[in-house]
Amino acid sequence: MKNKNQLALFRSMLRIRRVEEALADRYSEQEMRCPMHLYIGQEAIAVGVCAALSENDVMFGNHRAHGHYLAKGGDLNAMIAELYGRATGCCGGRGGSMHLIDLDAGFLGATPIVGGTVPLAVGAAWAASLKDTNQVSVIFFGDGCFEEGVVHESLNFSALHKLPVIFVCENNEFSVYTHLRERQPKRPIFRIAEAHGLTAHVGNGNDIEEVLTIAKTAVDNARQGKGPQFIELSTHRWREHCGPDFDDHLGYRAAQEVEMGLKDCPITKFSTRLNQSNSLSQSDIERFETEIRKEISDAFKFALSSAKPSDKDAGERIYA
Amino acid sequence: MPDLEMRDITFSEAIREGLENAMDLDPNVIIIGEGVPDPKAIFNTTAGLREKFGARRVFDMPLSENGLTGVCIGAALSGVRPVMIHQRIDFALLAMDQLVNNAAKWHYMFNGKASVPLVVRVIVGRGWGQGPQHSQSLQAMFSLVPGLKVVMPTTAYDAKGMLISAIEDNNPVIFIEHRWLHQIKDNVPKECYRVPLGQAKVLHEGETVTVAAFSYMAVESLIAAKALMSSMGIAIEVLNMRSVSPLDVTSVLNSVRKTGRLIVADTAFRTGSIAGELISQVVEQAFGALKNHPVRIASPDHPTPTSHFMAEHYYPGPQTIVDAVLDMLGIDKSTDKYYKLCAMLVRDGPHDTPNRGFTGPF
Repeated sequence: MKNKNQLALFRSMLRIRRVEEALADRYSEQEMRCPMHLYIGQEAIAVGVCAALSENDVMFGNHRAHGHYLAKGGDLNAMIAELYGRATGCCGGRGGSMHLIDLDAGFLGATPIVGGTVPLAVGAAWAASLKDTNQVSVIFFGDGCFEEGVVHESLNFSALHKLPVIFVCENNEFSVYTHLRERQPKRPIFRIAEAHGLTAHVGNGNDIEEVLTIAKTAVDNARQGKGPQFIELSTHRWREHCGPDFDDHLGYRAAQEVEMGLKDCPITKFSTRLNQSNSLSQSDIERFETEIRKEISDAFKFALSSAKPSDKDAGERIYA
Repeated sequence: MPDLEMRDITFSEAIREGLENAMDLDPNVIIIGEGVPDPKAIFNTTAGLREKFGARRVFDMPLSENGLTGVCIGAALSGVRPVMIHQRIDFALLAMDQLVNNAAKWHYMFNGKASVPLVVRVIVGRGWGQGPQHSQSLQAMFSLVPGLKVVMPTTAYDAKGMLISAIEDNNPVIFIEHRWLHQIKDNVPKECYRVPLGQAKVLHEGETVTVAAFSYMAVESLIAAKALMSSMGIAIEVLNMRSVSPLDVTSVLNSVRKTGRLIVADTAFRTGSIAGELISQVVEQAFGALKNHPVRIASPDHPTPTSHFMAEHYYPGPQTIVDAVLDMLGIDKSTDKYYKLCAMLVRDGPHDTPNRGFTGPF
């Protein structure tokens, strides 16, 4: 039997994958002139967590934020236009790939200082708590970010005040080219969060259903006043840290590791499972592919036909 | 302002009243800082606020300056107006990432879609062995960052009015208080009022030399101005700069066009100081109006030593200002008048405690 929610999860992951691939394909044209960190391989995390949220919940992202932004409902046209530095971009050209925002979608902002937005999500949860709204806030970050002092300061304060915030650690084991084992002692990340007084959850970030189940529990807990939640999800970064290409020829990760990572594709894994239960047909996939291709093509057209911002505007809006 | 109830109160009482008025006016205003609700109440500037407004608006803080600055920014983006307090400005250095990368840039980098209404109160220490890490005057460092406003009021009147303006401002404001100002009194309305940010004010009128002074140096300049006037009949114009960013260059230019001479008195290290920046701008815009080269009066380019023996000549004061004025005017300093003037400036009490020679009002 077909389940609309399952199809939506599948479609959302596929959409992020196709957007990122399209960006990678066109990056070499050198018209998107900003650093770009692709989300390929990690789609199940953003999609699974966002599926557990309500529309009014808010979210902050990081340098690798395309997936978070799109999963939360961020406007695709405004994102592509931003990458092309156009006036219609979500930051009017001031941000680029590493600074995405869509307030209507509750995506409050992404920035590339590692750890920079973690306390902001706590602050949003603090505001929600002070104003007695029912809102939950979410922050995505990587295993490298967990080494930042500001993260531990954020965990401490969120637990102290039992704030409705969900910390999502996407553990892809790499900070640029440096493996976790060279950066952290051998101990589970989520246990540190527990020691800070948070409820911690751990799971396979490449399994969308597992992510969703965990996220639903975490969101329910946070909304019911049970305090901050920490989710550690293992995943795999397919492409280079920054840029459109694969970089495994550099030899910084073992061939076996790469192979295992690619094998553990969250989209293939889910489509296989849906196929087996007759929940997803080949024609569904083809229909999604067609719709997504058209949407992406339209977004690129929108971006490329959008007005270029004037450098005369570069000194404006420094102060509110 | 008609029918305001005026009293002489100290700078710290004025800060406390400003916080209370702002919190009365807007339920979104909250306060957080290490020691805010403790018995010392940040030099009595937060006394009684938790009792009045409750623990959901008046917070103590974990020792997490950077993290909690980020938390305040996140709250500010969500409709709260936080006032964050550090007992020493030196502690705010731990929060430079959040202040510089997030607070200052959020409005700009997201194309004006959001703003960060955050006030960070920071206190510059002096005396009693505050030493290298409790007495820095870092206004120039903050003023280097577009997107931050930086103010340093001198009088209790300005402290209250500018604090309320800062809290109502939609931008991050670094609100710098000099510890030696806290006990100086001024005539202050009981009611809520505002003093605009970014405007200097004449503290003492004169025609001979413009002395543009920041924070506690405005007090020292006022002492110098009164002494020069009473002993030698020399009228210098003391401009209380009040803000560092935006910097009110226009008021300085207007004064310099009248006097033709400029001294800038700053509480900070000399090199890279806002005093240097102010002089640059005046030279660029009114070189022709200057009869002498401008002069910076600032602290030496080395950390403040702790020992009071070593720190005795560290800070410039009224004597430094008087000497700079007389040198600029080419006035002989080997006269009885000068010696009498110097005698007037000898202060009571140890050099490492606040000067009781001026206790206000302004």
